[in-house]
This record gives sequence, C-alpha cells and structure tokens, in this order.
Amino acid sequence: MSTLKILVVDDEPGIRSGVSRILRNFRVDYPFMDEAFDFEVLEAATGEIGIEIVEALKPDILLLDNKLPGIQGIEVLEYIKKRQLNIIVVMITSYASLELAVKATSDGAYDFIPKPFTPQELKSSIENITKRVFLKKMTNKLQDTGKQIRFTFLSVLSHELKAPLSAVEGYLKMIRERQMGNKIEDYDVMIDRSLDRIKGMRHLILDLLDLTRVESGKAKRTITEVDLTGLARTAMDTMRPYAIQREVSLNLHSNEPILIPGDAEEIEIVFNNLISNAIKYNNDGGSVDVSIVPNGNCIEISVVDTGIGMSPSDIDKIFDDFVRIKSDKTKHIAGSGLGLSIVKKLIDNYGGRIEVSSIPDQGSTFVIRIPTDNKPCS
Amino acid sequence: MRPADYTILIVDDDSDYLFQLQARVEKFGFKTITAEGQKEAEELIEKTKPDLAILDLMMENEDSGFILCYKMKKKYPGLPIIIATGVAAETGISFDINDENNRKWIKADCFLDKGIRSERLKEEIDKLLLKNNS
Repeated sequence: MSTLKILVVDDEPGIRSGVSRILRNFRVDYPFMDEAFDFEVLEAATGEIGIEIVEALKPDILLLDNKLPGIQGIEVLEYIKKRQLNIIVVMITSYASLELAVKATSDGAYDFIPKPFTPQELKSSIENITKRVFLKKMTNKLQDTGKQIRFTFLSVLSHELKAPLSAVEGYLKMIRERQMGNKIEDYDVMIDRSLDRIKGMRHLILDLLDLTRVESGKAKRTITEVDLTGLARTAMDTMRPYAIQREVSLNLHSNEPILIPGDAEEIEIVFNNLISNAIKYNNDGGSVDVSIVPNGNCIEISVVDTGIGMSPSDIDKIFDDFVRIKSDKTKHIAGSGLGLSIVKKLIDNYGGRIEVSSIPDQGSTFVIRIPTDNKPCS
Repeated sequence: MRPADYTILIVDDDSDYLFQLQARVEKFGFKTITAEGQKEAEELIEKTKPDLAILDLMMENEDSGFILCYKMKKKYPGLPIIIATGVAAETGISFDINDENNRKWIKADCFLDKGIRSERLKEEIDKLLLKNNS
C-alpha cells in the first residue's frame, strides 16, 4: 500500500473538510497495478500557506481553488510550473471562465472539478490521477533499470571482447621477442591458444548478432508453420561431426513432423544452442537425447545429456547474459555465455517456458514448453 | 636478496593472460605461484605467503580483485599488492583508483594497466619489494 499526499488549497473550510472526509477511506486499486493507493489529505486556507506546504511536504496531488484571499490559485500554479515540481494539479472552481481554463491548462493543470462537486465526481477524478501517478512512477523505474542493465551489459561486453584480443596480443609479443628461443615448434602452444581465442571471439560476435536480432524487435520475424522435428534434425546433422569427435551419440526420438507457427531461424537458434551445449558439456562417450512431444495445449521439447551437470546455484544464473559456469571441468570449454540467455529470450517471445534439472556429474535436462494456442502451458 | 628468493603470486581467471604474465615474471628471475580465481587464491594463501601479489580485477565477480586484495591485506598486512586491470580506461567504469577514499578500503599498493610494458612492470615490482624490505 502506498499513500499519496493530496493538498487542498481552498479558503472555504467546508470544502477542505469535505475532501478530507470523502477521501479518508478511499482506495484506488486496479488489477494492472501491483500496489494499492490510499490518500492523506493536507489542508491550506491560502495560496501562501499552500506554497509552504508544497515546499515542505512535496504532495503528489494538489486540489486548487482559484479564488483565494491572498495570491490567486493561478499564481500557485505558475509557481509550481516555475519550480518544475512533480505535482499533478486539479483546479476546483465555481465559476471557471474559459479564459482561466485556458491559462490554467497551459500552466500545467491536469483537470478541473466544478464546485460544488459530489463525492463521486471527486473520487473519479482522483482515481484517474492515481493511475497516472502510478504509470509515471513505473515508467521512471523501468527507464532507470533499463539504463542500468544496458550499462552493465556494455561494460561486461567490452571486457569479454578485450580479453581475447589481449591474450592474442600477448602471445604475439612473446613470439616477436623470441621468448622461448629460436625453435618455431616451441611456439606451437601459443599459436594454438591464439587461434582458439580468435575462434571464441568469432562465436561471441555471432551470438551477439543473434541477441541483437532477438532484442531489436519483431520486425524481421517471418512466422510460418515450422516443423520442430525437421529443425531439430537439421541442427543435429550440423552438429554431428563435433559429436563424433567427442564420441557423443545424438538421438532424436521423434519422427513425425510437429508443426507450430514460428520463425524457423529463431527455432533453429534454440536447437543449435541447446544441442551444442549438450555435446560441449558432455563426457566423452556420452549421449544426447532430444524428444519433441505434444502435451495438452503445448509442445514439449526436451534435450537430455549425460554430461558434467550443474549445482542448483549454477542453474539460477545460467540464463543471464555472459554467465559461464567456471570450474575445472569447464575451464577448457569455450563459450560466450550468451547462448542460454538468447534461448530464454526467444522462448519468452513464444509465450513458452524453459526449465532445467541437473545433477552434477550425471547430466542436465532442458525442457521447453511452447503453447500452440496463446494460453499458458498447464 | 636475489630475485629467485622472492615468490610472486599471480591471480587471473584468463588462463592465457595468467600464462603470459607468469612467463614475464619468471623471466625477471622471480619464483611464481598462480591461481585462476579469487576462491583458488584464497585457498592458496592459507598455505603459502607470497612476497608480492599481482591480481586481476574482474574474475568471478567484477570486483573480485578488490575483495581478494582486502582479504590478503587482512591476513598479511605488509604484503605488497598490484592490481592489474584492463577495465578502467576504456569501459568508462567509474572507478577512480587514485581517489583517497577508494584507496583507503582497497588498500592495493599500485594499479597497473594489463598492457603494461615489461620494463615498467619490473620497475614496479622491484620498487614494492624494496620498500617492503627497508
């Protein structure tokens, strides 16, 4: 529950106490707002006192009469505009002339309540204003976290891009300085490491392109009927040479085409990432089993490996950008730390969910559920 | 004392940079021990007291180097520590390492850019070891 402060500036005591009474037990609560609001009413009999309270207590909403004993309501409004205070102002006025209304609106008044007003008129105006205050608060919050996320992303990205460059640069300098003597074969390890780092960097750049595609919006999406089984098979065929090298067997447990509306390229990215991870983090001689089954209103895709597995605390992190699980077992496995974050973002676009279960040293299971009818999966 | 009498601890989560820095420091004649992260380094210093430590900044977390530095200084107050970073200059991470307040809690003796030339690195190491022995 949040409380909004409402200041009533009116020289008629009846109006001030009326507003207090009407709003005392009033609450604004909407399904789309994750908090409810109630109100605390502050009172001022003159514009001068009103300004003092504005400065001292920073109300959220100001109910302002124009006809006041000292300075006029419109002057209070001008003051608030000049000070660029974040207050929503509603004029309460008995004989609003068009001229005053125009002037007040151009000075930032949000609404007019004619005097005398019924409790219902006051409440519905306050209700609208509350929604506006809420949305404004949310927008500010989202912009702030958005900026923060962007900044963190960029600083980590530049670190990730610079690390391989520095490594290769370092090796080149060592080679130029003939640090290991004059025999070229003594530099083989450095050259191999340099090539590995360059390869890793290329992967990172490709993953970044995928990520940009996912995040930059849906303009380029081509939604057609796509066959999940077919796309899984293509992904597995692409990966087979790598699997053979690691002696990992790849098994697809679906034969029938399974059609869903989707973007083939996106689904391909999902399969490529999950299957290549399942091979990469497997043990030599292990296996990867992929199955695609309709289940209620959803399609269930599972990728099961017999690899090194993860701890529960690792599972919590793996869908974040640039997260890689660091251990002796993963030390020599290259990766950008972006693959699963891309997968998660793509699946989100389909209204789907991804779940992981894993046992260290035994393997991991990734299960994706995609609804076929826009309803959440049961 | 000769360089070979000193043991220098190098901590970096990038195995290539670790290898390269180790090669450079050994070329100066020092003995080296290495760790590939904050956790490994913390375990290592339980058993061994190096004469100087060179720490990477961003490892498990983006401030791992600072935390490690703090813990090492607590355990071995006189241990000279160099923090090697590739971060500050280009990413704009707002961390003013010359700021008095930051220095107070981080307590590193010196900050060096990762791309530092060998001669400069040698100078810094010698200076810190000498200061520590006088």
